[in-house]
Amino acid sequence: MDVMTLARLQFAVTTVYHFFFVPLTLGLSIIVALMQTLYVRTNREVYKDMTKFWGKLFVINFAMGVVTGIVQEFQFGMNWSEYSRFVGDIFGAPLAIEALLAFFLESTFLGLWIFGWDKLSKRVHLLSIWLVAIASNLSALWILIANSFMQQPVGYVINNGRAEMTDFFAVVFNPNIWTQFPHVIASGLTTAAFFILGISAYHLLRRPQDNAVFQRSFQIAAIVGLLGTVGVVMSGHSQMQHLVTSQPMKVAAAEALWQTEDPAGLSLLTIGNLQGQEVFSIRIPSLLSLLALDQLQGTVRGINDLQAEFEQNFGPGDYTPPVFITYWSFRAMVGAGILMLVANVYALLLVMGEQLGDKPKFLRFFIWLIPLPYIANTTGWFLTEFGRYPWIVYGLMKLENAVSISVSSGMVILSLVGFTLIYGVLMVATIYLMLKYGRQSGQPEPIEAPVGAPAVSLIGD
Amino acid sequence: MDLNIIWFVLIAVLYIGFFLLEGFDFGVGILLPFLGKDDKTRRMMINTIGPHWDGNEVWLLTAGGATFAAFPHWYATMFSAFYLALFLLLLTLIARGVAFEFRSKDAHPRWRAVWDWCIFVGSLVPPLLLGVAFANMMRGMPIDATMTYTGGFFNLLNPYALVTGLMAVALCVLHGAIFLSLKTTGALQEASRKTAWRAWPAAIALVILAIIGTYLSTEIVSHLGINPGIEPIAGFVTLLVAGYFIRKKLDTWAFVMTGLTIALTVVTAFMILFPQVMVSSTDPAYSLTIYNAASSPYTLRVMTIVALIFVPIVLGYQIWSFWVFRERITEESVLEY
Repeated sequence: MDVMTLARLQFAVTTVYHFFFVPLTLGLSIIVALMQTLYVRTNREVYKDMTKFWGKLFVINFAMGVVTGIVQEFQFGMNWSEYSRFVGDIFGAPLAIEALLAFFLESTFLGLWIFGWDKLSKRVHLLSIWLVAIASNLSALWILIANSFMQQPVGYVINNGRAEMTDFFAVVFNPNIWTQFPHVIASGLTTAAFFILGISAYHLLRRPQDNAVFQRSFQIAAIVGLLGTVGVVMSGHSQMQHLVTSQPMKVAAAEALWQTEDPAGLSLLTIGNLQGQEVFSIRIPSLLSLLALDQLQGTVRGINDLQAEFEQNFGPGDYTPPVFITYWSFRAMVGAGILMLVANVYALLLVMGEQLGDKPKFLRFFIWLIPLPYIANTTGWFLTEFGRYPWIVYGLMKLENAVSISVSSGMVILSLVGFTLIYGVLMVATIYLMLKYGRQSGQPEPIEAPVGAPAVSLIGD
Repeated sequence: MDLNIIWFVLIAVLYIGFFLLEGFDFGVGILLPFLGKDDKTRRMMINTIGPHWDGNEVWLLTAGGATFAAFPHWYATMFSAFYLALFLLLLTLIARGVAFEFRSKDAHPRWRAVWDWCIFVGSLVPPLLLGVAFANMMRGMPIDATMTYTGGFFNLLNPYALVTGLMAVALCVLHGAIFLSLKTTGALQEASRKTAWRAWPAAIALVILAIIGTYLSTEIVSHLGINPGIEPIAGFVTLLVAGYFIRKKLDTWAFVMTGLTIALTVVTAFMILFPQVMVSSTDPAYSLTIYNAASSPYTLRVMTIVALIFVPIVLGYQIWSFWVFRERITEESVLEY
């Protein structure tokens, strides 16, 4: 395999893996902060137990997100040095700001939160977890600002053979970010909600009565989850509408829409031969036009037309994304989303009917739904990134020109294998700990040692 | 002063922050198998850096991000040239970070032993690799007219670079041992002081070797002169003085001295480089400088404003965090890690 393919594969492996942990961090930080807020407000032990229980799982997950994130920041320079030269003037800024604004804040205050239960006042300790939650989500904002430049370059001029920033605020307020950021935040809330619903369901099945920690957790997750799932659907919808103009090829590839249509139907199942001919297709008439353009009539452009237009503008070449991946990713994501919305409504009904204590019939399904948001998160990024093919920066730079010159394929094979192995081992360890702590009762553990008297301080000795 | 110089200085500041802070937690990690004879002691050692190691590491990430933003060509050439070294750095940092969080979450001795080993390797390898990397950037690497590295992995493993890497490890061990003396009591404190006292002459020897290598292999003479000026000399003197304070059990002062040594060592490296950021051994005209590797003036201006606002804020809350956890770790302390 050539260096570019290997580098793409490595980026895919490391990014998908990193993004296993990120959404849970984004959502769970907020929910744990909410639980602790309830504790500080009401002073009820149940909220403290909840904070501690979910906080422990949060910290395990957070650690994985942090260490796999370092790879992301280094990888641009290591594998994509020509890309880094081309966009560094713009792309480096949000990355540096992310580190300065968000990474410092979340790491320092997470340390204060984990170690500060007895050292900080209740309010300052609560503030710490809120700062962790804010910083994590802020970090998502800045990295998505960077990604948005790749999706829809704005605020730049081509100068000295590279893209140079002309307007920082245009880059920050990229139109793409308005739909992408809410989508990621909402999916974070959804991921955390289903994580909590699943684990709480497990505990409520084992001990249906007198299990306030998990009853309350289930309630909170059901409410937050509804915000998340509805938010995901709405922001996802506006994202697609935005893409119709900003990246029509991605929309066509997500729908396997080879021919331009007016009105365009929404594909329920399309099987094609990937050369531009449909073999079999069930489409709902006009629905794609309606979803994409808010009207029953209206042109949605097909892959073949767009390919021709790209060739006219950028010269001969392959401008068609891997349709098989984009089409099925889109369906997996939307399918998982709809399923979660339904499940979430059911969770709310259970909460409102106060049925959590009587082992409701379908409660155990929530345990099996925990992977759903992970499937949606991963396939969502598949669509976003594969759908931009062959561009690394849409319309400006192709993948083949972006890869490092001084790096050989042997080196990338080595690092790809190395990362895959260590990530595999760490995944086993993480799941082991998650199962171990996820199964614990949620009651406080006995304190193992009394708090030591303040010893001599750092200064004056 | 133009913005390019400001950013060169700022990146130096970020590396100083990184080596100053992560330097001692690398040291604690390296000393873990030597001073941590039993599980309880190992936990106490890890808990001295527990609330801080992650925040300390962000200084490196920020240095990387700042290099990307301010000097994209430096970032691109450096990160692709050091590909395998950075791959190893990433692997070890990943293992180390997870190990802190995971090791005490299960009581099985083998589980803990594996993570302790990760902490040790993950603390030993990064300073070694970073020392090697900096030495090579100063010494010169085969870089062509397109700023592309043309050498291989073994070009990087020259004696000067290896000595500098070992020096970085030795300074971390010394700095870490003194940090442990500051943060512990009783037997662990005594053992830490003893270790610091033993590490001190080794650090001096490696620093002297690195100085000799620097005179032989870098442009120090043409850039700074035979007499390199106050900063490098002060860096060496503070290291000598540190021994006196270690002997007198004045841990705070010893820590200040090794901190100064580390900071001034980074300052010296950047002074030797200036105004280059990566020296080309192929042709001096191909060297990357703070001008030909830089971002546009507009981007540098934006980033300067961002840095002027946020670096002081970061410093403020990180210092506060060290203040919150100023107490020593004792046998009776609650150990989160």
